[in-house]
Amino acid sequence: MNQMSMDVGTALGSSEAVADAAPKMTARNVAVSYGATQALRGVSIDVSTENVTAFIGPSGCGKSTFLRCLNRMNDTVASARVTGEIQLDGKDIYAPDMDVVQLRARVGMVFQKPNPFPKSIYENVAYGPRIHGLARSKADLDGVVEQSLRRAGLWDEVKDRLADSGTALSGGQQQRLCIARAIAVNPEVILMDEPASALDPIATAKIEELIDELRGKYAIVIVTHNMQQAARVSQKTAFFHLGSLVEYGDTREIFTNPREPRTKDYITGRYG
Amino acid sequence: MSGIGAMFAAAFGLGVLAWWLGRRKALAFVAAPGGDRIGAVHSLPQYHGAFVAILALLPALVVLAFWGLAGNGLVAAEVLAGLPEGTRPQPGLDQAAFLSEVRGLVRGDYAAAFNPVAEGAAKAWVAVERRYAILFGVAALAVGLMGALWGWTRLRPDFRARSRVERLVMGLLILASLVATLTTFGIVLSLIFESFRFFQMVPITEFLFGLNWSPQTAIRADQVGSSGAFGAVPLFWGTVFIGAIIAMIVAIPLGLMTAIYLTQYSAAGFRKVAKPVLEVLAGVPTVVYGFFAALTVAPAVRDFALSIGISDASSESALAAGMVMGVMIIPFVSSMADDALAAVPASMRDGSLAMGATPSETIRKVLIPAALPGIVGGVLLAVSRAIGETMIVVMAAGMAANLTANPFNSVTTVTAQIVALLTGDQEFDSAKTLSAFALGLVLFLVTLALNIFALSVVKKYREAYD
Repeated sequence: MNQMSMDVGTALGSSEAVADAAPKMTARNVAVSYGATQALRGVSIDVSTENVTAFIGPSGCGKSTFLRCLNRMNDTVASARVTGEIQLDGKDIYAPDMDVVQLRARVGMVFQKPNPFPKSIYENVAYGPRIHGLARSKADLDGVVEQSLRRAGLWDEVKDRLADSGTALSGGQQQRLCIARAIAVNPEVILMDEPASALDPIATAKIEELIDELRGKYAIVIVTHNMQQAARVSQKTAFFHLGSLVEYGDTREIFTNPREPRTKDYITGRYG
Repeated sequence: MSGIGAMFAAAFGLGVLAWWLGRRKALAFVAAPGGDRIGAVHSLPQYHGAFVAILALLPALVVLAFWGLAGNGLVAAEVLAGLPEGTRPQPGLDQAAFLSEVRGLVRGDYAAAFNPVAEGAAKAWVAVERRYAILFGVAALAVGLMGALWGWTRLRPDFRARSRVERLVMGLLILASLVATLTTFGIVLSLIFESFRFFQMVPITEFLFGLNWSPQTAIRADQVGSSGAFGAVPLFWGTVFIGAIIAMIVAIPLGLMTAIYLTQYSAAGFRKVAKPVLEVLAGVPTVVYGFFAALTVAPAVRDFALSIGISDASSESALAAGMVMGVMIIPFVSSMADDALAAVPASMRDGSLAMGATPSETIRKVLIPAALPGIVGGVLLAVSRAIGETMIVVMAAGMAANLTANPFNSVTTVTAQIVALLTGDQEFDSAKTLSAFALGLVLFLVTLALNIFALSVVKKYREAYD
């Protein structure tokens, strides 16, 4: 083991992977193509509530594409075709009777660049509960907003200015607002697409702390470029390369004792 | 003004010659020992040529332009001064008619003169004009040559001809842009000046707040109905009623929905065809909409009104003109709304869809609020276009200055009244015609304010997403 992987090794989080009760989402033999270009092939993976799952790999390896299959955001790209099977609690999410609106309420998403709506902080968080009719009264809604902001670790910073625009917050606060917005509809899965890549180190540390706190409540999948981050926040890691899943296992195993030479080369910084 | 074309041609010939001489001198610098190193001769030979050519052309053209603009006046003054005492026409209309006859004789339009004095004056005219032409031609040639000579002697290997030519090009471009700006400025000044004359005859408060519009001026003092009324409120109301209310009730929903469909729902291929086609609609001449409004829509509106029991429905109605104007404005509104919606970042839309919002919820709750400033700006620009629109209202809204909120009645607008006031034979110093300038000034100020406000709204909004 060389110096590089020692560094990553020391970044490993303290929490070990625990045994999965039952997988929340399962993917079997998933392939995605955009027009004539094959972006992803033969991916099979299980995602659980107990463990945070990280997707790592060089740019263009298909990790974000796969993440967007899990809540069918690829539907918004006209040329995208998804094959294979993805299940949420044992139900095929690409089945004709699956309602994509309900699916996305159950599988939330946080994007790479913070994208709060140009509305007040309160309205940003209340957006989901409102469109899904989750709150019966104003007091109810207030409660949901406060609880979501507390869970996202933002409440103390914004409780006195809930009426201010969400876009006036700092980048890190905006991203936590987006996480609060996703939490507010009480999803079962939260997908995070490089949630800290546009943030400074302190804001990044806060997001990572938050992910650790949310573990166990939601099945969390995080795509990241940053291998130290994957090592710190996840218990399971999947390594993607050139559109296929190379290796998937416990984060500690992947970072200290990878089975595949390609995984080892990537983790030790030979390429990527 | 015979021969002025030849003089311009000669000036350009001089310019070409100057260019050739300047370039030849510069080529000699380059050919000298060490002259082909970069920097040894500051500018390329053609810049030296262009520099000398400009110094030759500019003064010559200035002299010729002066001749072209003031030459007629100079010749006329001298011809008049040369007439024998007593036969000289009185200044004013008399003199203008005399000079026009003289010029007609010179050009050969008339075989013989009515006025025997003009016969002699025509001969004098030809002689005087020839003398001036020679004088100005020689002067132009002389200053051109002097300019060229001065420029030519300044040429050195280190002379920065390129910088000077570039500066002159810049000056030319500034001049070109000034033409448009100054013309507008001049139009505004004339509007203000003529309006001022109008407000000396009619108090500004009566014009702005009076409720009765009947622009008549008496030819004789004892004429029936000799007193005019210049209260423009019925016109302002008619303009707002048609352009800002009825037309917008038609254009805003249809334009906005068109934009939403094109940006959010339609396939990329369809949008690529439909958007330009819609924008072509905006180029249909308004007179075409006008006769459609007058011949098809207005009778239909009247028949409809009669059928629902409105007995005083007019055959020219605010509703007909407003609806057709609304249709005319749709491409304008949809194009602005389209731009505003397309400028909302895709991440906003994705964020909402990923929350489980439907496309229509996303549009209503995220995209339209985010694009609202741009949409409002576009609507205001559309309003400013609608209230300045003329042909449709002239043809379909009527000329009766009614102060009414009944859309089946005939109303009139500021633009329609300006047309009515200024068409046909008119005196240009009566309150009736001058009131057109006051109306024009009000229209100009209102549309200017609308445009400035709308553009500032749109601009502020653009900055927010860059």
